[in-house]
Order: sequence, then structure tokens, then C-alpha cells
Amino acid sequence: MSQELTGSVPRKEKFVHRTLTGLNPAIESLLAAAVGLIIGAILMLVWGYNPWKAYVALFQGAYGDSYGWASSAASGVPLILTALTFSICVRAGMFNIGAEGQVYIGAAAAVTVGYFVLPGGLNLIVGLIFAMIGGALWSLGPAILKLTRGVNEVISTIMFNWIARFLTFYLVAFVLVDPVRGEKTISIPVSARFPVLVRGTDLSWSIFAAVAFAIVIYFVLWHTVIGYEVRAAGLNPSAARYGGIKSKRTMLLAFILGGLGAGLAGATIVMGNPPTYAIISGLPQLMNTGFDGMAVAMVGRNHPIGIIFASLFFGGLTAGGRTMQFTAGVPLEMVRVVEGVIVLTMAIPELIRVFRVMRSSWSTLMNVLKRRRSA
Amino acid sequence: MNWSFLTDLLRISLHAMVPITLTAVGEIVGETAGLFNIGLEGIILVSALAGALGAEMGGPIVGLLAGMLAGALISLTFSVINTYWKGDQMITGIGINLFAAGFVAFGLIKLGSPGFYAVARTAQIAKLRTPIGALSPLIFVALVVPFIVYWFLKRTRAGLILKAAGENPEAADVAGINVNLVRLLATTFGGVLAGLGGAYMSIAWFGSVTKDISAGRGFIALATVVFSGLNPLLALLGGFIFGFFQSLATWIKTLPSKPIPWQFVEMLPYIVTLLVVAGAIGRVRFPKELGKPYKRE
Repeated sequence: MSQELTGSVPRKEKFVHRTLTGLNPAIESLLAAAVGLIIGAILMLVWGYNPWKAYVALFQGAYGDSYGWASSAASGVPLILTALTFSICVRAGMFNIGAEGQVYIGAAAAVTVGYFVLPGGLNLIVGLIFAMIGGALWSLGPAILKLTRGVNEVISTIMFNWIARFLTFYLVAFVLVDPVRGEKTISIPVSARFPVLVRGTDLSWSIFAAVAFAIVIYFVLWHTVIGYEVRAAGLNPSAARYGGIKSKRTMLLAFILGGLGAGLAGATIVMGNPPTYAIISGLPQLMNTGFDGMAVAMVGRNHPIGIIFASLFFGGLTAGGRTMQFTAGVPLEMVRVVEGVIVLTMAIPELIRVFRVMRSSWSTLMNVLKRRRSA
Repeated sequence: MNWSFLTDLLRISLHAMVPITLTAVGEIVGETAGLFNIGLEGIILVSALAGALGAEMGGPIVGLLAGMLAGALISLTFSVINTYWKGDQMITGIGINLFAAGFVAFGLIKLGSPGFYAVARTAQIAKLRTPIGALSPLIFVALVVPFIVYWFLKRTRAGLILKAAGENPEAADVAGINVNLVRLLATTFGGVLAGLGGAYMSIAWFGSVTKDISAGRGFIALATVVFSGLNPLLALLGGFIFGFFQSLATWIKTLPSKPIPWQFVEMLPYIVTLLVVAGAIGRVRFPKELGKPYKRE
């Protein structure tokens, strides 16, 4: 669209046009969020809860004070990274649902730094590198199956998620197990932990790692040749191939970059979240990080900057969801229902158009009724 | 040597086959018409809960109907978004799966038993006595349905219309076929079969509902569809292969010597699925317009 506006168009109009087209995605995301919250409210009514009370508790818990903001941001940190995993592959024209399993493997790899004694901050860096390599290695399986055998990545990544789940169960129970407390792994040594950023909350310096990764991905995708190739292959594979872009190379790169992000997400959870700094048996802290990331990616319109904002929203849903469960008695799982509806709504491409059609058909209906009444 | 474990393996394989085969056969109908539904996992999950609640209210038959109704409603949502509203099928499917995971976990908490909800014995479907042990009657349904669907797809005019909607929607449209309606009906039928599979799991097989009762079966069914190349009879075979490896895993876990840690045994069905799909690709051809919304020029 913006290419059409060149030459004689006055600068002011160009600016207005660009702002409007730039804003459209944000408005659609807000609309989807509203639809999700409304359908969530209807379900709460059906199940006998007070949705008003629930949402007041949720939003007060999430954004009511600095503690809420810090908790929301902390819950959003790993989601930034798993959302990037999904987005990079969407930009490359694929649906990578494998972040979930890569988070598990990344977290398990990060825990292994507990066995090393390294000077100072080196421990932290080694832990991050281990986690990222772990995540990337786990993403290689589906990538290779896709490139060599043409296996649909949706199916293969889900299978790899299940395999990762049981592999991590095994590692937690037998390999990385804490010799004193069998229900968790050994703890990350103090030297390898992200320092807490806001005292008394879960928010640690890991947020800077996540944001830095988002910026790197933004730079790679929009300011390098290979990133351009990834996006071109995603937009129009045949045109990209005609232009000499090797689609196998871009797919592999997208999978690996995604795996690095998901592995890092696993690291931020075990190295940045007080008080355990270990994987607990059954993986309660890790579960759904990858799946929630997909919702964040869609609401963030698969753009690193959008994703950072969307992660604050979904982190807020999780953090505020705890307050909602505590004060309004609505189970935390309600949040995931809302998430699902938001994603469903995001799937409709001409969302705003659908709303417009609904509004116009509503007004037509009202006009017909009015006419009938007057007749 | 005691050979009774062979009949045990066969019996468990047949039971594990049912949800995969039913879901895969339903998805074959949907994919033939051009819609790719990755929300099957969520459909199985929700219909397992719906089936359990229906069965406790009105008996096993009501339970099965409730499961099928839940499957139909979710696929109807899916197909309205992806036919008339030109939605993205992948994203819709992901949304359904997220929604289902939250909805079922929420529902189980609301029922007062988070994690594990046992279905009352009287609400469960009674098993039939056979020479190889007690078998659920739905096994026979799963054995027959693929043949009926095969006949429908290959031998009837309606089956041809379905294929036209998936292969060449423009031509179908010109021939006076309502492409979107055909796709909607096909996918809804797929949802009904997945819903039957889900309800079977809770009220005929496990006798309980957990928040991850589907355990990837929706995706394994999708893999089975790939393996089958849209042939319902091969989906029956694929379902049985998966069922066999699941029963093998169950059997290995019960061995007193514990040769392999249970976590590795549990991986078996997923690894086999990967291998089967990797081996099946190449010889399989899918409808040309699969996964794309039909837009009139």
C-alpha cells in the first residue's frame, strides 16, 4: 500500500495514511482482546461467576500498582521469547508449534550449569548459551524432517513437544535430580541467577535478555540480507525461489533462530524466577510457555515490538489471573479460555470488515423494524 | 512361555485404535473438501468432557451424542471462520486448541475434581465379551465407518462434489456447487467423528477425564491422514499401527523387570508417528486447494 503513495502525494497525507495503516493491526489486536474478554465474561456468567468482579480483580492485580506491573512484566518475559519463536517461522511461511518442547529442553540445559564452578558472571552466560543451544538442537529435528522428507512442521513439532516432555520428566527425575529434595532438580547456583530487578517481585534482569533478543531478531529480519530472504520466502515462496532465494536455507535459519529464542525462554524461567531456581517435577513452571507464546505472537502481529507490548498484556492476564482466582474465586484456567478466543478472533483476516458488516446489517435490521412499526 | 500377552496386546491395540481412526477418517472427509483442521486435538479434549457429562445425565448414548454435538459445534465455528470469513485455518486451529485446554481444565475444577474426573460406572458403555476379552462396541463402529466413508468418497456423487470443492473450487462453483457450504458440512462431519472419538475415550475406554486426556491424539490423527493419503481404509490401518505401539508401551510399562524407564516407553507412539509420516510423504498427493480459503474472483 505504502509504495503506491509516492511522488506527488503531499507529505502530510502520506504521514496520515501511514499512521492509519500502521494503526490498523493494533486496533485489530485490541478488538480481538475485547472479543476474548467478552466471551470469557459470558462463559463466567454461564458457570455462575461474577465477570465484573473477576475482571476488576484481574486488571487491578495486573496493572493496579507497581507490584502488579512488575509481576505482569515478569510473567511476560518468557512469552516474548516463545512468541518470537512462532513469529520468526510465520515470517518464513511456517507454523512452528515446537516452542513448548524447546522451552523444556532449554530449561534442562540451563540447569546443568549447576555442575560447573566458573568464575563470576561466566556461569550466567554459560547457562544462557547451553539453554539456547539446547532449544536450537531440539528445533533441528522438525526442521530436518521438513527439509528432507517434507513432513508438515505442525505435526512434527507437536510430536517433538511430547517427546521433550517425557525426556525432561526423565532428566528431572533421574539425571538432574536434587540429591536432597527428589521433587526438583539441583538449583541454579547464585552466580548464574539473574539479579532481581524490583525487590519483592519476580521481575529480574532476564527481561533485558528477552528484549535484547527481540531487538536482535528485529535487526536480523528487517536489516540483513538473510532476514530479507526469510521474509521474502514467507510472503511468496515461488517468487522468492525465482529471485534466487534458497528456501531450504531460510527455513532452517528460521527454525534455528526460533529454537534459540525458546531455549532462552527456558533459561529465563529457571534462572530468573525466584524462589526455586530449579525445575520442579511435573514441570509446572514451564508448561504452556510455548503455547501461550503463540497467542502473544498473534496479538503482537508477529512483530518484535508488537510482541513486547502483547507480552505485557498476556503476562498481565497470567499475573492478574492469580489475583482473580484469589479474590473472585474464578479459576486461573479462565485466562487460557480467553486466550483461545482471542486467537480465534485473530484468525479472521478482515476482522474490522466483519464488524462493519455486522454493524451495517444491525442498522438495516433496525431500519426495517422502524419502518414496520411506522407502517 | 505364556502367550496370553498377545491377546492382551491385540485387545489394547483395538481400543487405542478407535479415537485415532475415527478422528482421522473424519479429517479425511474435511481435507478432501479443502479444509485442514489442526483443532482436532481440542475437539477430542472438549468432547471427552462433554461425553462424560452427557453420559452422567442421560446414559451412555446421550454421552456419545453430547460428544458428537460438542465436536460439531466446535468444527462449525472453525468452518464458518474458514469458509465465509476467509480465516486462517492454522491460526483458527491453534485458537481452538488453546481454548479447549483452558475450557476443560476450567470445567474439571468447576466439577470439583481438578486433574482427574472419574465417570460413574453406570454411565460408561458396557463392554462386549469376546474370545479375546472384553471389547468396547465402538471398536466395531471404528472398523465399519472407514468402509462407509470410503464408499461415500469413491462411489457417490456427493463424494465427487466434496472432491471438487477441494481440488478445484472455481470449477465446482461454476458447476453450481456451493463450495463454502460443502466445505462447512464436510468439516462439521469431521468434527462429529472426532467428537465421537473423544466421548469414547472418556465413557468407554478410560472411564475418566483428565485435562490432557487427548495426549496429542488429534495430531496423531492428522499424521495418520498424511500416512493414509486421504484413503479411509489406510486410516484404519494407520490407527491400528498407532494403537499397537501404544499398547506395546502399556505392556512394557507393566513388565515387572522394568527394562526401560517409563518416560522413554511413553515416547514410543510419538516417535513411531514421526517415522511413519516421514516414510509416507512423497507418495501422497493432497487436494490442490487444501488449506486455502475459497474467494470468488
